[in-house]
Amino acid sequence: MRIPCPFCGERDLQEYSFLGEAGLKRPDPKADDAQQQFHDYVHIRKNKAGLTNELWQHIHGCRSWIVVRRDTLTHEIFSSEFASDTLKEPAK
Amino acid sequence: MKYSVFSLIHQAIRGQKDWTPVWRDPEPKEEYDIVLIGGGGHGLATAYYLAKEHGLKNIAVLEKGYIGGGSVGRNTTIVRSNYQEPGNIPFYELSLKLWEGLEQDLNYNVMMSQRGVLNLYHSDSQRDEYARRGNAMAMHGVDGELLNRDQVREMVPFLDFENGRFPIQGGLLQRRGGTARHDAVAWGFARGADSRGVDILQNTEAKQIRVENGKAVGVETNRGFIKAKKIGIVAAGNTTRVAETAGLRLPIESYVLQAFVSEANKPLVPCVVTFGAGHFYISQSDKGGLVFGASLDYYTSYAARGNLPAVEDTIEEAIAIMPGISRIRLLRHWGGIMDMSMDGSPIIDKTDIDGLYLNCGWCYGGFKATPGSGFCFAHLIAKDEMHPAAKALRLKRFETGHVIDEAGTGAQPNLH
Repeated sequence: MRIPCPFCGERDLQEYSFLGEAGLKRPDPKADDAQQQFHDYVHIRKNKAGLTNELWQHIHGCRSWIVVRRDTLTHEIFSSEFASDTLKEPAK
Repeated sequence: MKYSVFSLIHQAIRGQKDWTPVWRDPEPKEEYDIVLIGGGGHGLATAYYLAKEHGLKNIAVLEKGYIGGGSVGRNTTIVRSNYQEPGNIPFYELSLKLWEGLEQDLNYNVMMSQRGVLNLYHSDSQRDEYARRGNAMAMHGVDGELLNRDQVREMVPFLDFENGRFPIQGGLLQRRGGTARHDAVAWGFARGADSRGVDILQNTEAKQIRVENGKAVGVETNRGFIKAKKIGIVAAGNTTRVAETAGLRLPIESYVLQAFVSEANKPLVPCVVTFGAGHFYISQSDKGGLVFGASLDYYTSYAARGNLPAVEDTIEEAIAIMPGISRIRLLRHWGGIMDMSMDGSPIIDKTDIDGLYLNCGWCYGGFKATPGSGFCFAHLIAKDEMHPAAKALRLKRFETGHVIDEAGTGAQPNLH
């Protein structure tokens, strides 16, 4: 698997570290159901078979956090963007 | 047909002509009392113990592929119960006890070999940690011995004891641990379940669990709708995909784990050896192949194949403890999908949906748990209560804070 970094270009998988599902929103701790929301935020995952948006870090490169669009059934990679650009908006 | 030395002699004289298929290939019925989704080791074991221990008959096992084609045929065949956490030890020890009598119970040779599992330690602090684990095991009546360097050298003299970075100081040995033949475990449970009247439906994929008024009523499959009073999800790496058809959201992520086998060699590795400074485990099959594996590929995946960085990492770890095998050639390597839970421990529990039961989250450790998982899941489905040995393996433990985190890495499944 080779992942395109928006800053460095296409690089080998070994240069990256994987965090997980992109777009998880940290819940409001003041909400009435904050405990349930935090449980979901920390533990519950979509774990999708197919197209996903994931957070990776180019840890042995420019150290940028990026959102990679990838197919978990085929390992095909479609695009990547700086997380700072895409995650400002609520995840789609 | 009961297998014995007499049936072997009889067939040898008859030219092996009278063997019958080991299980039937029935048409699905319209309705079953219990439908299990997933015909892997755990699903078949569950069906077997439901029939044997609880006397239930009207059971189907749905398998989307063929028996033995999933993770039960893709693992490194290690059996052990050397755990540390209170919620895990009784469960894995129950499982190991079932392994010890499995061949007689199933009348099938699963080639269970209690050759020992040796975890190496490489520093003083790791020795202390292993001593603590050994003590936790001893308090639950599980065997474990802390070996010093000389005792380890006597057992496995070919290791790199003087490794500059990770010198081997000793190990924690569980003599009752070992290996079993993975395919035979699947076949043995399938045969045992089938002979007790369980329908094993291969090439039958569960497409949708039908839920009406908060109760699970049946499963849509590619061979039509099958009604069921109770449904058990035992789908390993595909748990999320099956469970989401019933609207469940689970603390599971699926990752690919690769395993390797070398060409056959003369007897070299007498027990299971694990590398304490990394995450590497190796044993030698009866055929002579070295069977080994290491960590996951660190990204979520449903493709049963991995990438080269994990291969390189595995081989580096192999050479770090056994430089002598550097010239041995690999025969095959393959990938399997792991249902990694958020604390690294499994889940055997009811769901909020009436009549829907869940068995998942086996992470790297599903094979050794096969009989125990089937035994406890069968108990849960038949009696609607948790088996005492598995009572900590609740689905709600993530909400209540009673997580069982052996590795202490938190809710990051690829680090377990």
